[in-house]
Amino acid sequence: MASSINAGVNLANTAKPRFTFREKLSWTWASMKENKLSYLFVAPYYLLFFTFTILPVIISMLLSFTYYNILEMPKFTGWENYINLFTEDDVFLIAVRNTFVFAFVTGPLSYFMCLIFAWFINELSPKIRAVLTLIFYAPSISGSAYMIWAIAFSGDSNGYVNGFLMRNGFISEPITWFQNPKYMLGIIMAVQLWLSLGAGFLSMIAGLQSIDDTYYEAAAVDGIKNRFQELWYVTLPMMRPQLMFAAVMQIAASFAAGDICAQLAGFPSVDYAAHTVVLHMQDYGNIRFEMGYASAIATILFLSMLLTNKVVQNLLRKVGE
Amino acid sequence: MRIRLRAKKVNRSVWGNIAVFTMLALTAAFMGLPLLFVISNAFKPLNEFYLYPPRFFPQNWTLTNFKNLFIQLSNSWVPITRYLFNTVFITIVGTTAHVFFASLAAYALAKHNFPGKKIIFTSIVMSLMFTSNTLGIAQYIILSKLGLIDSQFSIIALNIGAALGLFLMKQFMEGVPDSLLESARMDGASELRVFWQIAMPSVKPATLTLIILQVQGLWYNTGSSFLYSEQLKTLPVALSQIMQGGIAFGGMGAAAMLIIISVPILVFVINQANVVRTFTTSGIKE
Repeated sequence: MASSINAGVNLANTAKPRFTFREKLSWTWASMKENKLSYLFVAPYYLLFFTFTILPVIISMLLSFTYYNILEMPKFTGWENYINLFTEDDVFLIAVRNTFVFAFVTGPLSYFMCLIFAWFINELSPKIRAVLTLIFYAPSISGSAYMIWAIAFSGDSNGYVNGFLMRNGFISEPITWFQNPKYMLGIIMAVQLWLSLGAGFLSMIAGLQSIDDTYYEAAAVDGIKNRFQELWYVTLPMMRPQLMFAAVMQIAASFAAGDICAQLAGFPSVDYAAHTVVLHMQDYGNIRFEMGYASAIATILFLSMLLTNKVVQNLLRKVGE
Repeated sequence: MRIRLRAKKVNRSVWGNIAVFTMLALTAAFMGLPLLFVISNAFKPLNEFYLYPPRFFPQNWTLTNFKNLFIQLSNSWVPITRYLFNTVFITIVGTTAHVFFASLAAYALAKHNFPGKKIIFTSIVMSLMFTSNTLGIAQYIILSKLGLIDSQFSIIALNIGAALGLFLMKQFMEGVPDSLLESARMDGASELRVFWQIAMPSVKPATLTLIILQVQGLWYNTGSSFLYSEQLKTLPVALSQIMQGGIAFGGMGAAAMLIIISVPILVFVINQANVVRTFTTSGIKE
């Protein structure tokens, strides 16, 4: 470490402001040899990660510039898939609009739900906390449990919601909730929120448990007066890594909504009112076997998530200031 | 010397506590619905199953569904214990291997300094934002080139390299004080030992959480398109075949559902009850 700093100073003095590529390479190589152990620690995991995730992602991105129907070899078509998406494909634009509405409503809301409930639950004793966490996490652990909302919002007068509204005179005719474009997306967003206390929520609970009490005691001495000040000035800055983790989780979940829409509103939904980008991708990938086109959709979705994540991570850096 | 103040928390008002508990109770009633639904369905007699309008709770609770399920299972061509073994094997080996290798890599990424570590970590986080739908074909081709198709190690290998666990562990490893690791190194502990005996215990809440997520993912794993032999198929596949058997099998399906979700729930409750304060910073001056 010290020797490389000295080398830098010497070179700066001898009117040679830039290091050559070769020099940089040799330092990096020396540093890599020095840190052999670190690479050894990372290698088993990363080799598998690279093989089964990075490689497929790269292949998928390359395929997005081709026409590929799985049976024949991919044919290179340049930007054609991307151009068609934005100029020819009206349904894609509907899907984009729905996905953005969906993501920008459920993303932030679900994130704050995770945080607030984790924060509340953290006050309880371990046993009660475990039970309550289970109840809150229940929608995520019980498989396709959200299908009970299909029964609740069933379109005839026997559905729980219609039955309730009709008995109390709010409506006279049953509402076909999942066929009416006016209600569809709204109800699905509500169900998504109900499902949203997942991995991000659990990480926040674990994060809160990793903060030492002494910080709170010190903060109380320093003049923190109530639980909200404590949250903003002590708790949140301490659990910034968990906040970042949960943000990525919620972004991925809210942009990638698809199955839930298809299960509740049908596929395709009436007027494509619950059609999302992921459903559009599945339509082309799994049904029409146009893998190149599906890959282009995946790449665009990926880029919009990356951009959102960038913005959110910058906001999170300001927490506690 | 630490004085325990947690019994009487600082900065808490009585009215605030009452508001918190009310809100928790109201939401809990709403969130607990699916669990209640699965439980009540499992004990519903078949003649109440397709009642219209649907009923939430059964009028006559019964164990018939479970009896029928066990009779059905004992008649199966491949013994049910085979499916059970497959799922237990994938879950235990997969969880253990992922937790160990992801934590080891996360430790190096959080606490060591080496060229390329930023790129490695960024690539892992970014991959979480690529929806997996279009990756299946490439994964299949790679697995078949490695000769892992129709082997349980396809599921396990894919699972070890999952991005979520590494990201989670890395975020928690960052909170482990360097001074704690440094003092262990001064005492002559090897790096592997520092990782296992100092870093891992400090992030116990994260490890327990990761185990929950892993067990949940692997226990429900159907082997998707990677497992073909009937002898290798998993419990969820066997049970979903029963559930798809038709109307007469509705009750058995509900009983099967309850049995299958009870294992992840058990793991969840045990682990969550142990997610408790870790006191890594006690006695350390930063």
